[in-house]
Amino acid sequence: MTDALTELLSTRDWLMADGATGTNLFNMGLASGDAPEFWNETHPDRIRKLYRDAVEAGSDLFLTNSFGANAARLKLHDAAGRARDLSRIAAELGREVADAAGRKVVVAGSVGPTGEIMGAAGTLGHAEAVEIFEETAAGLKEGGADVLWVETISAPEEFHAAAEAFANQNMPWCGTMSFDTAGRTMMGLTSEGFVKLVEALPNPPIAFGANCGVGASDLMRTVLSFAATGTERPIIAKGNAGIPRYEDGHIHYNGTPELMADYAVLARDAGARIIGGCCGTMPEHLRAMRAALETRPKGPRPTLETVAQALGGFSSESDGTGDSGSAPRRERRGRRRG
Amino acid sequence: MSDDEDDLILSELNDEELVEQMFDDLYDGMKDEIEEGVTILLERGWAPYRVLTEALVGGMTIVGHDFRDGILFVPEVLLAANAMKGGMAILKPLLAETGAPTIGKMVIGTVKGDIHDIGKNLVAMMMEGAGFEVIDLGINNPVESYLEAAAAEKPDIIGMSALLTTTMPYMKVVIDAMIEQGIREDYLVLVGGAPLNEEFGKAIGADAYCRDAAVAVETAKTLIARRHNQRAAG
Repeated sequence: MTDALTELLSTRDWLMADGATGTNLFNMGLASGDAPEFWNETHPDRIRKLYRDAVEAGSDLFLTNSFGANAARLKLHDAAGRARDLSRIAAELGREVADAAGRKVVVAGSVGPTGEIMGAAGTLGHAEAVEIFEETAAGLKEGGADVLWVETISAPEEFHAAAEAFANQNMPWCGTMSFDTAGRTMMGLTSEGFVKLVEALPNPPIAFGANCGVGASDLMRTVLSFAATGTERPIIAKGNAGIPRYEDGHIHYNGTPELMADYAVLARDAGARIIGGCCGTMPEHLRAMRAALETRPKGPRPTLETVAQALGGFSSESDGTGDSGSAPRRERRGRRRG
Repeated sequence: MSDDEDDLILSELNDEELVEQMFDDLYDGMKDEIEEGVTILLERGWAPYRVLTEALVGGMTIVGHDFRDGILFVPEVLLAANAMKGGMAILKPLLAETGAPTIGKMVIGTVKGDIHDIGKNLVAMMMEGAGFEVIDLGINNPVESYLEAAAAEKPDIIGMSALLTTTMPYMKVVIDAMIEQGIREDYLVLVGGAPLNEEFGKAIGADAYCRDAAVAVETAKTLIARRHNQRAAG
């Protein structure tokens, strides 16, 4: 049986994903520091509205309100045991909204990072991480999510653990990482390295890509690097609506709907097939993005110069891919051992 | 050459070579070798404070610069900090015994409403790596916990971290409370976190915004040195 996302991808050149979850919920009155996932139970009406706003703005798929619904994050709110329940409800509400949309809309069960550090210097082991992800995945599956969607990951180890958990639950999935540190993930993975990681998985995702990170320009550079590897796998672009700025005691993202519309078209031209926003991306941004994707003709793959001109400059000189001679390197004086 | 590398014996190196080798071993996160290097230098009569500043802090400065410049990333820095910690465990009791000067003390925490802690933990580790004593208040700290820790620990620096755009304004609440109590000038206030920038740091009255953990260390060192000079001059 083909999953809903693969089916939709086979009939369309591009799909539009959703925008911000957190930014939208804060606007609905979520207090900072509260777990948004509790609202699945206490304010289901607001979560339905969050989903419906995205659908009505033209999203073909939306992510469920379950980003932090894993035992490692929920334990900070003394709710470690609620991961599966809160995930299930997030997906149930999503199913309800998607089924009432009147067109095919995919419910993607959001799975966020554990917030723990894995790998040689970390405290979270592989088996434990798989268990944490599987609990969330099981809840999302029960609630009727079409696919699972792991996002904002920095560590290769964590991406592997999520993939294994999804395989155990026998669920189709997508996965994105955040490239926010000199073009790499916080843990140092390059966009090129991520493509290799994805293709080497025993259960590769339906689509993969980048979300969040710095601004729309940096995200576009990452997408161009993905495309340059020649991968056939659908690429996901979910960039922030610009960069947050502090004005008169309030936070604004500087990306306008017009800028996000340009970004959406550039992402499509760069080769992304699933295009959405992340932090700061509101329904009005999504509407502008959808309109642009539908009306503007497909152009050539943009160059970095075109991207910088349209969306602003990059946060670092290169994104660390390839072995460009300009990449910074340290001269070692002593001898390497070990 | 590989035989050569296997045969490298730390105790056969002269002081200068050993310190250079320790810089590299810190860089590579080799805890056992760092502990061995610290022990050898102590046996050779180095003062604990000199081992700390010249060998360990010196090595971690290189790690910090390469982190800042995007050559090293979080996993390598964590391993380096862990190796440094091994050396520090040997030095700490000796430093206390000899009454060596302290490099500085910092109280750090994520502000109320914010439960993110990777960035704050990194800063704490890098500050320890630079020889600072760090009191970590953890996540979700109200004004009171900063003020109580300041009174109890008498740190040089109060560090605040926020990862959410909705929690960053709380930093100003803490600074305003310090001003109200007339203790703002007793401390250096450093702020950091993903959504912040320099402009924000200035707007809320912090001494500095630190873009990342490496910058936090450099800023802390510079500001403490400046304060010492001012006090000496005053």
